[in-house]
Amino acid sequence: MNNIDLSVKIGSLVLQNPVMLASGTVGYGNEISDYTDLSKIGGIVTKSVSLHPRKGNPPKRITETSSGMLNAIGLANVGLDAFIKDKIPFLKDIGSTLICNIAASSIEEYVECTKTLDSEDAVKAFEINVSCPNVKDGGLVFGNDVNNVRVITEKVRAVTSKPIIIKLSPNTASIKEFAQAAKDEGADAVSAINTLVGTAFDIYTKKPKIKNITGGLSGPAIKPVALAKVLEISRNVDIPIIGIGGIMNWKDAVEFMICGASAVQLGTVNFVNPSASEEIIKGLNDYCVETGITKISDLTGSYSL
Amino acid sequence: MIEKNGIVESVEEIQTDVFILKVKAPQIAKEAKPGQFCNIKVSDTAFPLLRRPFSICDIDVDVISFQFNLVGEGTKILSQKQKGDTIDIIGSLGVGFDFSGGFENALIIAGGIGAAPFPFLIKNFSEEKHIVSFLGGRSKKDIIEYKLKNIIVSTDDGSEGFHGNVVQLLDSEIHKYDNANTKIFACGPNSMLRALSEYSIEKGFDCEISTESVMACGFGICQGCNVEGTHSDRFLLVCKDGPVFKAEDVKL
Repeated sequence: MNNIDLSVKIGSLVLQNPVMLASGTVGYGNEISDYTDLSKIGGIVTKSVSLHPRKGNPPKRITETSSGMLNAIGLANVGLDAFIKDKIPFLKDIGSTLICNIAASSIEEYVECTKTLDSEDAVKAFEINVSCPNVKDGGLVFGNDVNNVRVITEKVRAVTSKPIIIKLSPNTASIKEFAQAAKDEGADAVSAINTLVGTAFDIYTKKPKIKNITGGLSGPAIKPVALAKVLEISRNVDIPIIGIGGIMNWKDAVEFMICGASAVQLGTVNFVNPSASEEIIKGLNDYCVETGITKISDLTGSYSL
Repeated sequence: MIEKNGIVESVEEIQTDVFILKVKAPQIAKEAKPGQFCNIKVSDTAFPLLRRPFSICDIDVDVISFQFNLVGEGTKILSQKQKGDTIDIIGSLGVGFDFSGGFENALIIAGGIGAAPFPFLIKNFSEEKHIVSFLGGRSKKDIIEYKLKNIIVSTDDGSEGFHGNVVQLLDSEIHKYDNANTKIFACGPNSMLRALSEYSIEKGFDCEISTESVMACGFGICQGCNVEGTHSDRFLLVCKDGPVFKAEDVKL
């Protein structure tokens, strides 16, 4: 349709365009494929997989808030064996770059999952979830301690040569230190941000609106926070950033790239508009045409402060 | 399937705070089955952010009807739609009622707005079925009789019909029905469905219940609408495994 180069490089990972689908918002690809052509997407990050199946949290798991939603799914997933046996066969043929998100309760579990999946050709990269706010025995427990992030990155790096993306938590005072730790230990990129811890109460029953009491806030409500975190990393650490947080349309995606993101992930918008990814790719292309950009990667970190 | 340009045909307040919205959405109308639902974006802005799930109330060629109560901001916006407005609909979603089989009596049990899915189900029953609709509500104003057949009413406050809940009403009539030739189809609040499930299992009646849940996507990716299954290690999803379940398959 034109000569715009939409491809981006994230470390050694090359994506056909900068639009990815975020972990936990596209399942294992099959459900959303009814609504969007996955072969057009830059990359798809699968629902967090853990070594053993996880049932997740009991209902009620989600509630809508002002321009956002809280979720506490609790990393419900089929477990590593079923993921390889039942999910990868579909995912390997979607024609998009497959990135596996790994969540774990121990450093050993992160290592074991990565090691096992490293031999799957369909898996092109790993996103390490050190920042899930909704489980008691993992995720954010690691993500809030820079030394843990350092050790997890180091150990995972040792068992795979595929690109590693560390998914960072915004629930911390200085995200740049975490990004620096990830870089120091050999991560190829960071993705930012995971959800913000939040809660909501019913004023008549005086009970929390989700069973887990707190959940992860996502959606347009968190976009300004996410942009600030992306910018903070961009200004302080020399590592590719994948921007995440409340992207609803192509303009939001452009904003993240200007603030330093090499690529973006779409999350909550997939629930509302499951064909958003294709619309955003088209919007990015049109923006490049309109503003005379020939390579979209030139947009990354093009802020003028 | 997504129809971003469903066209509003009409919005009618059939009784206080109960609305029927009719939308022309040919592709969804063509494939929809009784008991399925649609997930509707009520505005084209980020407020409200999420879609709202509604049972398919009826289908007339390419027009889908939805029946809803005015409960919050989403339904308020929906109630103010004008003829000709466009509306973004995903559907038809989920597992609907299984109305095949040789039963003679179809007993519909609905609590309040739980009456919503039954006009379309009734339309799909073969002519020889004997249909009875048991409608329960807190009070007379909560009883919605729209396009239902052979109605018997119960109210908690006794303001109309049987004084008591709809399961007690059913119990008072159940001697007329043989469990081998009868199937129960129900929709309503969880407390009602829980009591009805226990009752129908105890009495040996085949019973399907249509459940509701808060949900984000409506098609299985957000995992937000989980419900405890009876036979399953994993949670079931109202949007994909339901919303209609066999009474014995879920723990509400």
